Amino acid sequence: MTQVTVKHLWKEFSGQVVLENVSLHVGDHEFVTIVGASGCGKTTFLKMLLGVESPSRGTFLIDGEPLASEPGPDRGIVFQRYSLFPHLTVMKNLMLGLELRDSRLFGRLFGAARRRAVERARELLDAVGLQTAADKYPAQLSGGMQQRLSIAQSVICEPKILLLDEPFGALDPGIKSDIHTLILKLWNMNKMTIFMVTHDLQESFALGTRLLVFDKVRLDPQSPEAFGATITFNIPLKGHRSPQ
Amino acid sequence: MRRLINQRPGRGSALLLSMLPFIIVVCAYFYYSHARLLENPGDKLLPAPATIAATLHQFAFEEDERTGDYLFWTDTVASLERLGIALSISAVLGLSLGLAIGVLPYLRVTIAPFVAAVSLIPPLAVLPVLFIAVGLGELAKVTLIVIGVAPLIVRDLAMRTAELPGEQIIKAQTLGASTWQLVIRVVLPQMWPRLIDVLRLSLGSAWLFLIAAEAIASTEGLGYRIFLVRRYLAMDVILPYVAWITLLAFAMDWLLRVIRAKAFAWAAPQ
Repeated sequence: MTQVTVKHLWKEFSGQVVLENVSLHVGDHEFVTIVGASGCGKTTFLKMLLGVESPSRGTFLIDGEPLASEPGPDRGIVFQRYSLFPHLTVMKNLMLGLELRDSRLFGRLFGAARRRAVERARELLDAVGLQTAADKYPAQLSGGMQQRLSIAQSVICEPKILLLDEPFGALDPGIKSDIHTLILKLWNMNKMTIFMVTHDLQESFALGTRLLVFDKVRLDPQSPEAFGATITFNIPLKGHRSPQ
Repeated sequence: MRRLINQRPGRGSALLLSMLPFIIVVCAYFYYSHARLLENPGDKLLPAPATIAATLHQFAFEEDERTGDYLFWTDTVASLERLGIALSISAVLGLSLGLAIGVLPYLRVTIAPFVAAVSLIPPLAVLPVLFIAVGLGELAKVTLIVIGVAPLIVRDLAMRTAELPGEQIIKAQTLGASTWQLVIRVVLPQMWPRLIDVLRLSLGSAWLFLIAAEAIASTEGLGYRIFLVRRYLAMDVILPYVAWITLLAFAMDWLLRVIRAKAFAWAAPQ
């Protein structure tokens, strides 16, 4: 069970208000899609969830606990680019999360533990359709394959929350729809909460169980930085939750 | 007629063309050496190739009358040993300090400016300090090379570490990585090929400091020999020694490049 609660949240960067008075409640196993114009604080909101930015004012709770001030294994992330490790093969990229979790000193697994990790990674590799690329390096993969791997890599440790920062922005339309099916499958398998920032309105309606629109409600033409954006629409959607 | 920038030589002609400057230099030497010796058989400046070969043979395959050593090889071993030890120390220092500076903000603000300042000290200017402080032995020579080379490696690796995409570092944290795990599983493995790159770039200055140290205080070594025989204008020793040093440096550079390509295939330019 994961509950995300935001109350009267403000975020300012040296006098520039980015987010103002954001309040939100997201229940368990939701797929939240976030849209809005450029520079209206979508990514800042995601960064706060991730723990690399902290709120200026207001409360940001996950399961009733204040947000951690650094990234952690309960919140996975997929960026648009650069979230794979170029020196590791596909298989080893995937196993990294398990190795880091189970071997605090070496960050590597040996023997039976390693075999279990390989097996788990192989299952997930099959699920994302990369079984034939196990020994390749990320640079040898296409953009779509890289994003599949990046998603699988984040999911392997079963985070409570998965954050997606325009993950499919650079992909071709055909590849996009495949990867949509995949992300819905993983979401239903792991019962996690997903927050996805996107520019693609159609995508946000098709995938989400809740659509958030960030926009500025007030604008001072003399000093555009005086007012920040907030959630102007919070629309519950049908979504693709698989029956329990 | 295609533009010059689009005209590329084939494999064979590329090899031939790359050999051409070497051939020209060798031919020019033969010609001028011959010309000078015709004029004055006692000329020492450009000794005949046969004289060089004879001297080299004497140094490499005949025992020295005084010490019983094969001077060419004892010089080579002594120099390579100093260079190897100094470069190893520099690599270890560079890797550990560079990574720490690149990864830990507190360490960065504490010692990065200090390392930057130290790297600007002309190493040869502190050579007398070294001789006074640690004596004229091996330690002084190795330390000189380390002082000359290590700060560059530290700064380069610190920069390369800081250049790693922030996304990677954040991603590793979301996979549960501690600072230590981040260093040994994400940062260090990506810094090995960078270390090789900066070592290759440092080879030139490492040799420079080695020869400078040997020239001033030593009893063996390639640099020592060159400066010793300089007094007798023994170009027949100096020239092959310089060629040999160049060859050794080239071989080390080549070896490092091959190691990088074979061991770190993922880091090959696309």
